[in-house]
Amino acid sequence: MRLKYISAVALTAVIGSSMMIFAKPPAGGGSITGKVTYTGTPAKMKPIDMSKEPSCAKQHATPVMTQNVTTGAGNSLQWVVVYISAGDQGSAAPSQAVRYDQKGCEYLPHVLPMQVSQQLQIYNDDQTSHNIHPLAKVNPEWNKSQPAGSPPIDTKYDKAEFIPVKCNIHPWMHGYFVVLNTSHYAVTGEDGSFDLKGLPPGKYTVTAWQEQYGTQTQDVTITGSESKSVNFVFKALPY
Amino acid sequence: MISGKFAATIALGSIALLTLCAGPLRAQSHVDTPDPSLGTPSVASEESHIGGLTGHAASGKVLYRRYCIGCHGPAGDGEGMNAQWIDPKPRDFTQAIFKCRSTPTGTLPTDQDLYNAITRGFVTTNMPQWRPLTQQQRADLVAFIKTWSPRWSKEKSGDVLVIPAETPVTIESILHGRELFQKLECWKCHGPAGHGDGPSAATLTDSKDNPIRPYNFSVGTRFKCGETNQDIYKIFMTGVDGTPMPSFHDVIQPNDAWDLVHFLRTLQVTLPTKEGDLWRGYVATHGKDLKPIGPDSAAGAQ
Repeated sequence: MRLKYISAVALTAVIGSSMMIFAKPPAGGGSITGKVTYTGTPAKMKPIDMSKEPSCAKQHATPVMTQNVTTGAGNSLQWVVVYISAGDQGSAAPSQAVRYDQKGCEYLPHVLPMQVSQQLQIYNDDQTSHNIHPLAKVNPEWNKSQPAGSPPIDTKYDKAEFIPVKCNIHPWMHGYFVVLNTSHYAVTGEDGSFDLKGLPPGKYTVTAWQEQYGTQTQDVTITGSESKSVNFVFKALPY
Repeated sequence: MISGKFAATIALGSIALLTLCAGPLRAQSHVDTPDPSLGTPSVASEESHIGGLTGHAASGKVLYRRYCIGCHGPAGDGEGMNAQWIDPKPRDFTQAIFKCRSTPTGTLPTDQDLYNAITRGFVTTNMPQWRPLTQQQRADLVAFIKTWSPRWSKEKSGDVLVIPAETPVTIESILHGRELFQKLECWKCHGPAGHGDGPSAATLTDSKDNPIRPYNFSVGTRFKCGETNQDIYKIFMTGVDGTPMPSFHDVIQPNDAWDLVHFLRTLQVTLPTKEGDLWRGYVATHGKDLKPIGPDSAAGAQ
């Protein structure tokens, strides 16, 4: 599992570490930082059998684990999206595209946040075909084949939504596009920490979303350019 | 077995219809009219345009209640009283995701696409051909179906796929199509011989998580979205939305697409096709030189 993290971190280095995926913070000096943890006993993640796709299997020294509940030291929870769900005065999508990779028959990153209308580029870095099938409900659902060596797919989403992404050819591949109305968002890293920067003074609702455990919200008021600390604790389910 | 299942559906459908007809059946003056047995569809465009025909949702609503409600349900969500017995499930019109389109994946189909689907029916499913209905009635149904999703009032149908003239059926074309079948990994689901038994076939589900099978070419049934070579071209280029079958529009050039069509025809071994005849003649003399399709043939099939 640890090896897997190392490889995941190394591979996502291109995109920036999971803590740096978010957009350039706009004006405002306040920030909300904290940590997402769990109580109880979370389900154990399972090793993925990629033997049906040898070109991917050989890229992994140890089996890749499922990631729907990714835990770390000190009961930390990784891949939790923390974002401002109310109180943000709105900000246009940055011109910079977000990048999503299919590599070693994994989605990198596992959870990809982006802003409404932000350009999304999907790459296939593998020597095999993938079909990328984001199961959108609010936005249109599409399904495209992307054989090895194809150019990236350029797209965007016009409405906020949590969109599960799958590849029907490789059913273990599973990730999320998180399309948000705010530029203030972060994905927790391995240590469960997050940092929402650049917040002008105001009243905010902060939401933490975990793909299996749902959402939690907390209200936070920022005065001046202070830094507030907010922690989220999810109740882990053993299944 | 299919005919038995079909007969059972007709029987069930008749019961459903009788039950419905037992109530007072009054003509609906307008699609907006609240009707407890139909729910209130979100009204979008209330017309359809197919060739020179204009369909009207108000008339379609009456027909829907007469012919469609048993499976597609009073809320248009595919949860009619027969739905629990049906696999594949009836279409959920509230999502406005349609399998057979001439438009890009993720976009709305054209009125003509919906009209064709009603006319053609969906072979190997419980959706029959609706040729007994008049063309006007089918157009009216299209108009009514479009009232189930607000997408129809906010989005336009996608751009219709341009299908260039078919290229000649030659051995070279079939061989190249076979290479593409290997390279694009069609066999991962459809199987090396098109039997629908590829390594990923068993795990496939549709977008509602119902198990779904890839098309088995060897049984030679018509395709769900038509039967001509143009239809095959359209199916893999636009994809079958709501299912695992993706769109290949961005990754296949038109001429290559025709080559793939020609090869796919050879997999329909129970159908008399010119592609099949030509191919069988070639295999008889050159078969031993062909690399098998599948995981061990990384470099392409030829």
